[in-house]
Amino acid sequence: MNAYSAIFYLLAVIITVATALTITSRNLVYAVVYLIISFLGTALLFYLLGAPMLAALEAIIYAGAIMVLFLIIIMLMQIDKQEGVASLFNQCFFVIAVAGTAFSLVLLLLYGNSGSFFPLQAAMATPGQFGAFIFQKYWLAVEVVSFLLLVALVGALYLSRTNSEKSAYGGKR
Amino acid sequence: MITLLIKLASLLAVVLLLTAYLVLIERKLLGRFQLRYGPNRAGFHGLLQSFADGIKLLLKEDIVPAGADRFIFIYAPAIVAIVPLLLLAVIPFGDTSILMGKEIPMVIANLNVGVLYVLALSSLGVYGVILGGWAANSKYSLLGAIRATAQMISYELALGLSLVPVVMLAHSFSMVDIVNAQARYPFILVQPVAFIIFIISAMAEAKRLPFDLPEAENELMAGFHTEYSGMRFALFFLGEYINMIALGALVAVFFLGGWRGPLLPPVIWLLLKILLVPFLLIWTRATLPRLRYDQLMHFGWKFLVPVALLNIVFSGGIILWMGS
Repeated sequence: MNAYSAIFYLLAVIITVATALTITSRNLVYAVVYLIISFLGTALLFYLLGAPMLAALEAIIYAGAIMVLFLIIIMLMQIDKQEGVASLFNQCFFVIAVAGTAFSLVLLLLYGNSGSFFPLQAAMATPGQFGAFIFQKYWLAVEVVSFLLLVALVGALYLSRTNSEKSAYGGKR
Repeated sequence: MITLLIKLASLLAVVLLLTAYLVLIERKLLGRFQLRYGPNRAGFHGLLQSFADGIKLLLKEDIVPAGADRFIFIYAPAIVAIVPLLLLAVIPFGDTSILMGKEIPMVIANLNVGVLYVLALSSLGVYGVILGGWAANSKYSLLGAIRATAQMISYELALGLSLVPVVMLAHSFSMVDIVNAQARYPFILVQPVAFIIFIISAMAEAKRLPFDLPEAENELMAGFHTEYSGMRFALFFLGEYINMIALGALVAVFFLGGWRGPLLPPVIWLLLKILLVPFLLIWTRATLPRLRYDQLMHFGWKFLVPVALLNIVFSGGIILWMGS
């Protein structure tokens, strides 16, 4: 086992444990902290696999931006104390059913595809190659997704207007 | 491996010493701006003041409030201090030099996604503040933490957008390439708008005075670090001052040509350029009053971000026109 695979297994353990703690933690702030650790671990994993651009984006967008919004919402709504929620044991059946199905599908894919037994060539995607790949090959999908985000942004802006602003625009006054 | 360790140790030593003296420089300059002398008792002209402060803070009792979330409360200040230190790893402090027949790059890590690494770290820096403020279990801390978070994620956007033209000019995310691209002229000459947006956003990121709402004394006591004492309180301050140095280093690399300059050795040039930004931050602290919270948000979202976007479009157009 060389250094890279040692780091890989270390990261894999950290990510799995952090994610497990995320979904079992009763304190929502702790759940978010564990999820941040899991995202940072994933970012390091991307870096290890030769995709520094993806690693940086994972850290900026998921660990840096989305989780901050989660934290703000949890703190503003004062929902860090969970009371009267069903115990983990009651939800156990559905969790095992869904997770078991997903896991067996992954196993099927891993062992069904003969290509998975050959080690991949070491690869390195520079930011330039990454950008060219996304914007030349998948430009349509990128544009559609960004348009969707724009629509969501305009919708959020409309919903968050106060009543006086709405009536001023709607001409009800 | 050994050269890397030497580089790490010397960078850490220089930065921590610089941080200690930055506190003294700030107090001295503030004194001068307010027609006072500033600290001048400890040592010659107050030169040992930082060490006196450091020893005092280390020896103070470290109090964890009864209602606090102990684990997060204890570790949050570390995040604040570590993040700007990590940021300095991608700052090049000289040209590749040859020592005993070996090429030694004068940077700790020449990442090909250096700019994104900087942005990722600056977005992670928020966590120390927000978790520290939340864990203290106090109204003032929580309000300060929420203010700090809203402010930092708002100005991060302008900060990131102001760097896009720099990356377009240098054709690279790597900090070493960005400095090399400024061999003929520093980017401040061709990107003055991006420079001003970056400086203002950096001020807001560092939570310095016109933007220091998270710790507005007359409303929130000390904001997110109200409940901290002793060395953990000092770590928040250490983080703030290292952050000023890190932002100075970023301004030097992105807009002032990094270590490049005539006559003097590269490291001296870099240090001089780095110190320009803390000096500017101290000067504005002594000069400008604090913004109101809605003014802060309007300025960030309705002025800085659109201007940064327009700057990207214009710069892109000009670069394409010049290139063809």
